[in-house]
Amino acid sequence: MSPESLAAAVVVVIVVLAALGLAVAAVALRLWRSRRDFGSDAERATYTTLHAAAQAGRHLRGGLEPDGAAKAVRHLRAMLGSPALALTDEARLLAWDGESPAHSGTVMALALKSLAGGRARIASAPEVSCSAAGCGEADCRLRHAVVAPVQAGSRTIGTVVAFAPDARAGLVSATNEVAAWVATQVELAELDRSRTLLMEAEVRALRAQISPHFIYNSLNAIASYILTDPERARELVVEFADFTRYSFRRHGDFTTLAEELRSIDRYLLLERARFGDRLQVSLRIAPEVLGTAVPFLSLQPLVENAVKHGIEAREGVGRISITAEEEGADAVVRVEDDGVGADPERLRQVLAGHAGGEHVGLRNVDARLRQVYGDDHGIVVETAPGAGTLITLRVPKSQPDHDVGR
Amino acid sequence: MTPAPSLPPALAIGAVAAVALTTVLVGVLGLRISRTTSDFYVASRTVRPWWNASAIGGEYLSAASFLGVAGLIMVNGAQALWYPIGYTAGFLMLLLFVATPLRRSGAYTVPDFAAARLGSNAVRRATSVLVVLIAWFYIVPQLQGAALALHTTTGLPGWVGSVAVVAVVVASVMFGGMRSITFVQAFQFWLKLAALALPALFLVLWLAGRGAPSGEPIDALGAASGNAPAIPASLVAPDGVYRTVSVMVALLFGTLGLPHVLVRFYTNPDGPSARRTTVIVLSLLSVFYLFPTAFGILGRTAAPDLAGQADATVVLLPARLIDGPLGAALSALVLAGAMAAFLSTTSGLLVSIAGVMSQELFGGSVHGFRVAAAASAAVPLGAALLAGPQALAGSVGLVFAFTASTICPLLILSIWWRRLTAAGAIAGLAAGALACGSAVLFSAIVPGIANMAVLQALLGQPAAWSVPLAFAVMVGVSAVRRRPVPTAVDRFLVRIHRPEAYEPDPAREATRSSR
Repeated sequence: MSPESLAAAVVVVIVVLAALGLAVAAVALRLWRSRRDFGSDAERATYTTLHAAAQAGRHLRGGLEPDGAAKAVRHLRAMLGSPALALTDEARLLAWDGESPAHSGTVMALALKSLAGGRARIASAPEVSCSAAGCGEADCRLRHAVVAPVQAGSRTIGTVVAFAPDARAGLVSATNEVAAWVATQVELAELDRSRTLLMEAEVRALRAQISPHFIYNSLNAIASYILTDPERARELVVEFADFTRYSFRRHGDFTTLAEELRSIDRYLLLERARFGDRLQVSLRIAPEVLGTAVPFLSLQPLVENAVKHGIEAREGVGRISITAEEEGADAVVRVEDDGVGADPERLRQVLAGHAGGEHVGLRNVDARLRQVYGDDHGIVVETAPGAGTLITLRVPKSQPDHDVGR
Repeated sequence: MTPAPSLPPALAIGAVAAVALTTVLVGVLGLRISRTTSDFYVASRTVRPWWNASAIGGEYLSAASFLGVAGLIMVNGAQALWYPIGYTAGFLMLLLFVATPLRRSGAYTVPDFAAARLGSNAVRRATSVLVVLIAWFYIVPQLQGAALALHTTTGLPGWVGSVAVVAVVVASVMFGGMRSITFVQAFQFWLKLAALALPALFLVLWLAGRGAPSGEPIDALGAASGNAPAIPASLVAPDGVYRTVSVMVALLFGTLGLPHVLVRFYTNPDGPSARRTTVIVLSLLSVFYLFPTAFGILGRTAAPDLAGQADATVVLLPARLIDGPLGAALSALVLAGAMAAFLSTTSGLLVSIAGVMSQELFGGSVHGFRVAAAASAAVPLGAALLAGPQALAGSVGLVFAFTASTICPLLILSIWWRRLTAAGAIAGLAAGALACGSAVLFSAIVPGIANMAVLQALLGQPAAWSVPLAFAVMVGVSAVRRRPVPTAVDRFLVRIHRPEAYEPDPAREATRSSR
């Protein structure tokens, strides 16, 4: 064996051992976190049930859909301990889990009464019978079925059907509880959906909201150039048209940072026409982050806020700086002005949604970022009265799930 | 054997320091602050394909390309030409199969792409582990190259070079702050090209003026073995059809999975520019590899006694052939270029490991990124210091074989086969990694294997069978555990294959051009 190949072997062994060590450490840490403080059997039973519920709940958060139901039904069956369990919506069987799957053909027939009446019931022979279902298993345990309706509000939107060898009262009440729990999850899913709708409505409102003041001021500024500098006035009108075209576009929730910056460029050009030399802007943009996907109109309100507090609300020259750069796997955008600043406590109230007023744009951006990227990715505002404002926005570069809607 | 230092240490260290300093300066100056809106408009333009292609070249050309290729040609002659061909042609595969769809996906790393395509966290984790492994394996030869280059030129102990590279790279990744990585890497490419091209031209002209020093062309191996130490076994390029095919498979498909190259594609604004970038990379690399090849041939004809330390040929040759300050200066230039190669490749790899590790272990925080960068540099540094020197082009070639057996099938099937399932992907990744990894390990540690030529070839260059094996396992397991394709997958595939919509707006264009 040559020393050369020995060197190669040493490298392979060291690197693989390091990777293995890291993986083992990560798994051990996770296990240790989840397993510590496990005492009595009762505690373990509670944990098992809650764990199954949490698992099932995750899959039901999309509503009563076949994909999610198929994954959730396994955990629901574990919670009830019955040999077979089915989940239906108003019209069809969504998912089946357990033994003797031939019985799944009869589920809708069993569910119909509960769907119509909204009451739980026990079905036995002849409704539950192996010969009718075409079940050929010798020791089939599916003798009875407990059908519990899933009720959201006053509507019955589905059923949970639990099969068992004997119809105990305990199983009936447990099945009812599971059906009620499923109903809660589905209602949560609807809540999620309406929150998304609300967000979309807010974005639409935001698009409309840009207009009144800004349009009025811009048109006035342009008007003042029409006689003195018609060429510039014409350019400004074109910029204005481009700006509104972008802001009012209908398709896509995401855009690239480059597009968003381009729109800000037009916005600033129009504001510059109004403020002249009082508005000084400096930019530092790392080209690597320009392709990053960002929520549509997520930067413009920040810059508008900077103009409002950096220039409008005070005398003299105001400076705004915009930077965008890579930090690790994130793209970070900072918008800073040296204007009047704001009271941090009041701003916190606004961002928490407790107060309305002039920072509504910021709140909207913050809420949308949190919704899309999680709570770690809200905007960060550093400000104090008289000390200017620095707003930081951080989005992950990698967003394969978001179509920038070219 | 410790050769007499061919360069005054001050000159060598000066050259290395100059590279580090210029790199920092370019990075900082690359981001101009613009104060007027028209400037801003220019600034908001995305990275041009030329810049991006240079940056990819800068990150891609590693110790293996800069030192290793010349070393192989020095020892083996024309047989070793397969290496530069493979290193370049890998980008052809990238162009054909991956570049455009990967850019359109919007994924920044391979694990992100796999997770989005297959909708599975297990696949993400498996891919993350592989990416970290690959990057570690890839960094080790860079550090060994740094040790070798510094040691042979200045006589400093080997570990100084490795530690210096790691220190500079970790510092720049951790405290880098505001700088443009694209400009830095692009600059590194042109620096490397100049650092090889100028000395090569000088040497050719010089030799043309004086004739070959010993008067007659030498059969390098035969002549050298008498008065030089024996040539290390692993420096001998693969011979025979099987080995050549295997090396080519590894190099062609390995490039598809290199994490630090794939990350660069994200910088392209859209799919077509990713394609253009790849074409430019191909031509840039074709030009670049002329010069290591030239060095190898020059060394073979003019200084065959260097074959014993062939990997250092490039650095030693100018000072050896041209006496006086000119030769020393040219050697220092080459050393600077070599250092640029170690620094840029190591930093690119470290950034991609740190990104993946911080995502998996620290939830993607900036602090986590820094910790991960420092921690993940320690492993390859330890391996490089503990293991002895290896042949650079060969060991990097084995990393390519590993990538080709793991990430490459995953990417190609994810993009071009809609029935690929998460289970199939994981099985294929595991099969490829285990087959390729254990083959290389066995061929190195099992005694007596060198006597069995067939087994030695199969295990020493596993790509020719491990790559098809990984493909087969992925397809097989996906087909056996066949399930209806989720609509999300179809949506994803449509998005990455659909050309960007062309939005003609004649009225607007007319207004603009009439301004």
